[in-house]
Amino acid sequence: MSEVKLFGAWFSPYVKRVEMALNLKGVEYEYIEEDLKNKSPLFLQYNPITKLVPVLVHNGKPIFESTVILEYIDETWEGPSIFPKDPYDRAMSRFWAKFVEDKCSDPLWKACWAAGEEREKAKKEAEEALKILENEIKGKKFFGGDNIGLVDYVANYIAFWIPLLQDVVGFHILTQDKFPNIWKWCYELCNDSFVKKNLPEKEKVSSGLKRAVETGSLY
Amino acid sequence: MINALLDSEIKKHLHLYTFLVLVSYIISSMEEEASKLRLYGTEASPFVRRVIWALKLKGLDYDYVEEDLSNKSPALLRYNPVHKKVPVLVHNENPVAESTVILEYIEETWPDRTPLLPKDPYERAMARFWIAYGDQKGYAFQSFLACSEEGKEKAAEDLLEIFKINQDKALGDKKFFGGSTLSLVDLCYGWITSFKQVERVVGVEVLGPTTLPRLHRWMQDFKEEPGIKENLPDTEAQFPELINLRKHLLSTKN
Repeated sequence: MSEVKLFGAWFSPYVKRVEMALNLKGVEYEYIEEDLKNKSPLFLQYNPITKLVPVLVHNGKPIFESTVILEYIDETWEGPSIFPKDPYDRAMSRFWAKFVEDKCSDPLWKACWAAGEEREKAKKEAEEALKILENEIKGKKFFGGDNIGLVDYVANYIAFWIPLLQDVVGFHILTQDKFPNIWKWCYELCNDSFVKKNLPEKEKVSSGLKRAVETGSLY
Repeated sequence: MINALLDSEIKKHLHLYTFLVLVSYIISSMEEEASKLRLYGTEASPFVRRVIWALKLKGLDYDYVEEDLSNKSPALLRYNPVHKKVPVLVHNENPVAESTVILEYIEETWPDRTPLLPKDPYERAMARFWIAYGDQKGYAFQSFLACSEEGKEKAAEDLLEIFKINQDKALGDKKFFGGSTLSLVDLCYGWITSFKQVERVVGVEVLGPTTLPRLHRWMQDFKEEPGIKENLPDTEAQFPELINLRKHLLSTKN
């Protein structure tokens, strides 16, 4: 019997993708909600290095960084795959997952929270990256093909959180008009019967984001 | 009659033998074709260097193309249209870009030649984490190279703290980050062996035998390793470029 613990925060896309992976494999785990304004000593004991969620603890050993955790889950437990089997396909998945994280999610997030010149700069970066992503998803249901794969897990942020954040701040970069293929993929992902169960409540996230905009603090 | 029989048996074996030699020749030349590797890079890039080290340690033959980044080749732009950067590894005409993606690809395609990742999933996860951590902290290195006279001390302190975490949490008491042998983590931290030149340019020491004894010792051991030793970058040659780079970074700040 293996003991699995997951330290998380309910609103975090990084945590949700790990939960999705654990549920995909049918792994039983204990979920511990961390108050990020007041981190528990136990949590800091497991992750003194980055002090961020998610942290997966398997038989007492902690693992951090959501993509590292996803790969660990895929390697450790049987069940449907997150990563493809072929080394070249795996390389392509890793490449696009990195592209999504570094080139899309980051500037999209920045653009929503920034103002003036910084906002315009981030918007331009995001749009350039989304054009490339738009091409990549063309003709596919998911980035992983017929089934969700690593890139879909990592892009959960774009599919669910970004549209909500855009509505809250009233600044829209990712729109159906400009990026119809990505928009369609967002819909497919968020309405997939399995993924749906691994997303937080829309209302709760929107309220949380509204509060963050008002107070200037995320947590 | 026996002679005739023997004669035909020998002939049969000769035919079979010739056939087998021919088949194995075809297979081995197919394997050589199948393993056609080409690396697009620059001499100065630490990201390219990691890939070179991995290929050398695995004993893999490859063609190398030195790119002029101010005048990128059509081939590079074709193989990496998304980022237009080096390194790009092309294997059987299939391109792989992004150094850490390339390293994992090399490891997964040739897992039995000089393994560069541990077998245990937890140890692999830790290796991947430290690689990601190192790359995420690249900004501190940039800040150090671009620091003003007044900001020198703080930049050095910030970098020292990160190095300390690498030393204490990732390296520990091991000879290498990978244990008794090299791993991808060592290759990704290998840029530290060129760091002395950066300290010279900025004019402050961060990584020394008294400030970071175990990391300093790792650096010496890493430079001596077969496969690494013969493939270290020419840091003396890079020194003038570093001076120019620092000048440029300082001027764009103001």
